[in-house]
Amino acid sequence: MSDFTSDFWSIYIAVITVASIVGCAVLLKMQSYRPGGEVQTTGHKWDEDLAEYNNPLPRWWSWLFYITIVFALGYLVLYPGLGSWKGTLGWTQVAQLKEETAQAEKHFAPLYEKFATMEVEALAKNPDALAIGQKLFLNNCAQCHASDGAGSRGFPNLTDMDWLWGGTPEAIKTSITEGRMGMMPAWGQALGETKIKDVVHYVRSLSGLTHDSIRAVRGKDVFAANCIACHGPEGKGSPAMGAPDLTDAVWLHGGSEDAIIRTVTGGRVDQMPAHKDKLSPAQIHLLTAYVYSLSHSGAVTPHSK
Amino acid sequence: MNAPQHASLYEVQAQIYPRAVSGVYAWLRWAAVWATQLVYYGFPWLTWNDRQAVLFDIVHRKFYLFGLVFWPQDVVYLTALLILAALSLFLFTAVAGRVWCGYACPQTVYTEIFMWIERVIEGDRNARIRLDAMPPSKKFPRKAAKHAAWIAFAAWTGFTFVGYVTPIRELWSEMLDLSTGPWETFWIAFYGFATYGNAGWMREQVCKYMCPYARFQSAMFDKDTLIITYDAKRGEPRGKGEAKGDCVDCGICVQACPTGIDIRNGLQYECIGCAACIDGCNQVMDKVKRPRGLIRYSTTHALEGRKTDLLRPRVLIYSAILLAIAAAMGVSLYLRVPLKLDVIRDRAAIAREVEGGLIENVYRLQVMNTAEQARALELSVSGLPGLQLWGEPTLGVGAATSSMVLAKVRLPADGAKPGSYPIEFRLRSLGREGIEVRERSVFVVQ
Repeated sequence: MSDFTSDFWSIYIAVITVASIVGCAVLLKMQSYRPGGEVQTTGHKWDEDLAEYNNPLPRWWSWLFYITIVFALGYLVLYPGLGSWKGTLGWTQVAQLKEETAQAEKHFAPLYEKFATMEVEALAKNPDALAIGQKLFLNNCAQCHASDGAGSRGFPNLTDMDWLWGGTPEAIKTSITEGRMGMMPAWGQALGETKIKDVVHYVRSLSGLTHDSIRAVRGKDVFAANCIACHGPEGKGSPAMGAPDLTDAVWLHGGSEDAIIRTVTGGRVDQMPAHKDKLSPAQIHLLTAYVYSLSHSGAVTPHSK
Repeated sequence: MNAPQHASLYEVQAQIYPRAVSGVYAWLRWAAVWATQLVYYGFPWLTWNDRQAVLFDIVHRKFYLFGLVFWPQDVVYLTALLILAALSLFLFTAVAGRVWCGYACPQTVYTEIFMWIERVIEGDRNARIRLDAMPPSKKFPRKAAKHAAWIAFAAWTGFTFVGYVTPIRELWSEMLDLSTGPWETFWIAFYGFATYGNAGWMREQVCKYMCPYARFQSAMFDKDTLIITYDAKRGEPRGKGEAKGDCVDCGICVQACPTGIDIRNGLQYECIGCAACIDGCNQVMDKVKRPRGLIRYSTTHALEGRKTDLLRPRVLIYSAILLAIAAAMGVSLYLRVPLKLDVIRDRAAIAREVEGGLIENVYRLQVMNTAEQARALELSVSGLPGLQLWGEPTLGVGAATSSMVLAKVRLPADGAKPGSYPIEFRLRSLGREGIEVRERSVFVVQ
C-alpha cells in the first residue's frame, strides 16, 4: 500500500535522501583537512582586525556525525523511509500497535482471570474486583451515567433498584455487551394535543403526582388504547422492551407535566451503545459486578427511592 | 592529478602526568573528597521511618529525602534548588574563582580518587613516565592492576547511583546473585563506565572541552575575584642565583598541574583552580628558604597593588537574590501542607434534579496524602447559600497514597438562577495538627 500515485515520486524522494546523506559525508571529509596543512581564516574581518580561524571540526564531533550517517543508512535499509521502500524488517505502526495490545492483554489476563470464574454477586462484595470495576466504569460509563453512576436526565440512574431492562447480573451484562435501544414512539400526530394532555394527567396520577382528575379519567381510555402494549395495563412497564414503570417516582426524562407532554408528543430514542468490541468479556464481567454493587452494596444511596 | 598536500590539523593529546604535592590545599581537596563521597556512598544506606532515607522512587513517583516526601506536584522545589545551585555558582565564582571546579566538582573529586589509585599502584609522576616507556609485557601487570582497581571502584559508584532510585539493600542482594533487572544493569554499567572513562581517561579534557560551566565562569570573573596567580614581580627573572628573582624555575608547578598548564603565563581558561601549583611552589620556597606565596590565591587588583573590593555590586546582588530565594524556599518548605486536593467536575452529566427539588452536581476529588501516616479528613463545601455536601463528609486516606473520592453537592432548586457559580471545597484533617487545603471549582444550575 503506497501513498504515492506513481513510482516517480518514490524515486524522487529516495534519490534526494540518499544524495543528501552522501553529500553530508563528502562535506564532512572535506572539512577535516586544509590544503597544505595551513589553518586559514574564514576571510571575514570584524571591527577592523578580528578574524576567525577556519579550523577543522573537532574529531569527536566528526566521528559522531559519521556514526549518524551509518545509522541513517542502516535505518533506511531496515525501516520504511526511502520512498515506498518498506524496509527489510517489515515494520509498520499498525503491526506494532497490535503487538503491544496483545502484550498488554497477556499482561493483564491473569488479573482478570482470577475473577472470571467468580459469580457477579460474589464479585460485588470483593474490594479488589470493585476497584478494577470502578476504573473501568469511570473510563467507559461515567461520561453518561456520571461518576457515581446516578445518571442524569436521559441517562438512567444505576444506583437504585429501578431497572429499565432488568437488574439481574445477566440482564446488566447483556445491556453492557450488546447495548440497548429504547424507543418511545411520537404520538403527537396520532393523538393530538388534548388527548396527549389527558393521558399525561392519567400517567401522573399513576405515581400519585398532582393531576386533573377529570382529564385523568379521560386519559385512562387513551392509555388503554395506545400505551398498554409496552407499558402494560397497569403502567408497570416491561423490561423486555425497556419500557419504564410509570407508577414510580423515577423519571428518566423528567416528571413534570411539560416534560411528559414532550415525551409523549415527540417520542424518545435512548441508546446504550454495545461494548463487546471495546471491552473484553472478562472486563465486562467485572464491570457488571461493579454496576450490580452500586444498588446492592447495602449502603443505598440517598438518590434511590 | 596532483598529489594533494593533505596534513591533519589535529593536535595530538599529550599525556599529562600530574605530580603529587602536599600542603594545605591538597589537604583541603582531600577533605572535600571525603565530605562529598561519604555523603554520596553513605546516604543510600541510611534508614528513616523504616524506609531508605534518601530514595528517588521514579516508578511510584515519590521522592524521599529523610523526613520529606516529594511528589511530582512538588517540582517547584526542584526548580528552586536548581536556581539556588546556579546562583551559588555565580556568587562563589565571583568571590573566589573556580572553587567549585577545584574542590567539589565530581569530575575533580573522582579524578582525585582515580589518581590516588594510580599513584598507589604505579607510583608518582616519574615512576609512571618510566613505566609507560616500558615494553607492553613489562608494564602489563601494574596496568592491569590499576584498571582492575579503577573498574571495581567505578562499578561501586554505578551501583551506588542506581541505589538512589531503587532500594539499595535489595539491589545489593540482586547484585550478589546476578539477578539485577535490565534497566538496573544498564544504569550501573553506564554510570560505572562514565566514571571510569571520565576520571581515568578523559580527566582534564572534560574540563577543557566538554564542560560548559568552565567556559562561562569567566563571565563572573572581575579584577576582585580570587584567582591563582604567579607573582611575576617577585619571581622574575627566573633561575638560580643572587641576581635572579624568587622563581628557581624548578617546574614543579607545571608538573603538579592536572590540566598541564604553566600558571606563570597568567590566568588561563584551562585553570580549574585546584591550587596544586600553590602547594608545589610553597614546598620549594620552604626548601630554598624564601617566603611562601610566590604562587598564591590573589586578585588582579591586589597584584596591581590596589585594594581588593569584596563587597562590590555584583557580589551584593548575587547574595541578595540567593538569600531571597533560599528564604522563600525555606518558608515554603516549612509551611508545606502534606495534603493535596484536585477537584474534577463531572462534565457530561452537568446537573441533575434529585428528589426534594434539589439540584445535584457530582465531583471527583483526588485526595493526595503526601505524609507518611494515614489521615482522617473532613470535607466541606461553601460558596452558595444552602449549598450542602451529600453523603459522608469524613474520609480516610492511607499513608503516602492518592485516592479518588466522589462528592455530591446539592442546592435547593430556588437557591440560584441557571448559571455557573464558583464554589470551594475544603479538606480539613481531623487530627490535632489541623491542616487544611482548599480547592476551587464551579457549581452549575441548569
